[in-house]
Amino acid sequence: MLDTSPCFDALPAKPGVGYKPQHFSDIMKDPGPVCWLEIHAENYMGDGGRPIAQLKHLAQRFPISVHGVGLSIGGEAQLDPDHLARLKHLIDWLNPASFSEHLAWSTHDTHFLNDLLPVPYNETSLARVADHIKHVQDFLGRQMLLENPSNYLAFEASTMAEVDFLAQIVARTECGLLLDVNNVFVSATNQHTDPVSYINSFPVEYVGEIHLGGHDEDKDDHGAPLLIDSHGCEVVDPVWALYAHTISRTGPVPTLIEWDTDVPEWPILAAEADRADAALAALVQ
Amino acid sequence: MTDQTEFTAALLDPSMALPAGLLDPKGLPTPKRFAVYRNNVAVSLTDALEAAFPVIYKLVGPDFFRAMAGIYLRQHPPKTPMMMFYGQDMPAFLQQFEPAQKIGYLPDIAQLELAIRQSYHAADSSAIAPDVLQNMPPDQLMTARLSLAPSMQMVTSPWPIHAIWQVNMSSGAPKPQMQAEEVLITRPEYDPQVALLPPGAATFITALRTKSFGEAFSDAAELTPDFDLTITLGALLAGGAITNIIET
Amino acid sequence: MSNQVKTLAVAGAVAAALTAYSTTTVNAQAQEKCYGVSLAGENGCAAGPGTSCAGTSTVDYQGNAWTLVEAGTCADIELPAMADGSEREGSLEALDRDLPA
Repeated sequence: MLDTSPCFDALPAKPGVGYKPQHFSDIMKDPGPVCWLEIHAENYMGDGGRPIAQLKHLAQRFPISVHGVGLSIGGEAQLDPDHLARLKHLIDWLNPASFSEHLAWSTHDTHFLNDLLPVPYNETSLARVADHIKHVQDFLGRQMLLENPSNYLAFEASTMAEVDFLAQIVARTECGLLLDVNNVFVSATNQHTDPVSYINSFPVEYVGEIHLGGHDEDKDDHGAPLLIDSHGCEVVDPVWALYAHTISRTGPVPTLIEWDTDVPEWPILAAEADRADAALAALVQ
Repeated sequence: MTDQTEFTAALLDPSMALPAGLLDPKGLPTPKRFAVYRNNVAVSLTDALEAAFPVIYKLVGPDFFRAMAGIYLRQHPPKTPMMMFYGQDMPAFLQQFEPAQKIGYLPDIAQLELAIRQSYHAADSSAIAPDVLQNMPPDQLMTARLSLAPSMQMVTSPWPIHAIWQVNMSSGAPKPQMQAEEVLITRPEYDPQVALLPPGAATFITALRTKSFGEAFSDAAELTPDFDLTITLGALLAGGAITNIIET
Repeated sequence: MSNQVKTLAVAGAVAAALTAYSTTTVNAQAQEKCYGVSLAGENGCAAGPGTSCAGTSTVDYQGNAWTLVEAGTCADIELPAMADGSEREGSLEALDRDLPA
């Protein structure tokens, strides 16, 4: 272990990738355009072994973003104190450059469902999500970013638009936002709305990170396109175009390539990061 | 019933009606769209179980495994978001799962696979230098207590679980013969090592957790007169499983 | 076994184990700490499942594939159904029916 620990207190406005253990050697040898890494918090809540050893090693060299998938911030119940404690332990020893979670729920009673499940957008859920985020930020002693979801259906019980819901959350909690541009595209396609209008009404000044990923295409009950946020392939051209439009509004923002299923060889993932790098560089010129 | 209670129940039971108030862009109920969430839950948990129990998967084959996983995940959804520990109830589940009754060793293989994962994610520890053991006078060793690595695990079975595991994990392993087997899992660095122990070793190692070295040896030698301490100790040393010797 | 005999037996076993250990330990020390990947072919599956924040377009269907165990490696392992050598009641054929999911 190196005896000086670098202090990465923010993610650079450069490309990052979702870290996969099979890429460890490639990343240590030559990360190419990749300047930071994102990990899922829950995969590093074991007591030791290779996952923790790898993470300690990577954190010496790269700013790390911790992305939670299991806090169930949109859940009806109180946040699980055991899970929060595990998260705090990880955040405390790792001191990552960023922490983010999802506008979704995944736990009900004692059942963890391993999926990001939707919440209606109304006053009741707004109050609940805001309370949960305040609790998380107080408990961790840091700001978190909240990510917009991929939507497959709408709630009759919703009374406001997603962007307004997110803006309200920011106003009430002072959290930041993680803008998943692929999720915007997926949701807009699935709900027959315009993704560019969504980006244009998004509170861009609070965006601390952008996600890009691939999706699959299916059909709904009436034969209309139903996109699924699968993170299993390249980012499609219309999403790159939406990304270019997004960063023209936000300015340079740390941008993550997510590839979680059918994970490719490193050069293919690095090529996606190259593309994000080029888009960010074009913005600066 | 809360909204999320209803949503959860419908997620896990495809025969249940869709929760009310979920709409497509035309304002119509939308089975196909709700099915995205159902699939996400069932498929992701099935995939997780496949990654969790690779030897069970090979033993019963993909179709049987995925059908069985579909039942398991509904009876035993994860209790925490730490997916690396998912499947703790699999041995008990297999014990009573009717279609698997002809394969009596499945629950113990599941136990072995759980133990290997437990070892993989256990806390790090450093092994004692062997000369500590070498330099200790035999009388002192007899009354000393050994500390064992958190990554050390043991599984005992009336079945040849080590041989069954081997034949599924490495090519050219011999065909399993009917016998009881005791398996030691150690993690010298980051990769769990799976070793077959001689008879009586499990008694010895279990006793080490609460008794002196000498007492543990007596326990094992009493139950298994030809208990082989040399091989047992060799396995513990090779696996870096002895982390401290405390003189009393 | 008297205590003295036991102590002698233990001392002998410890010495033999240490001798065996020291002849294999050179190899072990030559290996670097391997953060990156597991040693070739060894226990690549030990990590178990990870988390997911992605959806899937794979469709889950609840089949009843209980007669398909022959597709697994268990078909090549010839062991009795019970550890005591007896067969269990029932057979795969008898179980070829729907189970409650």
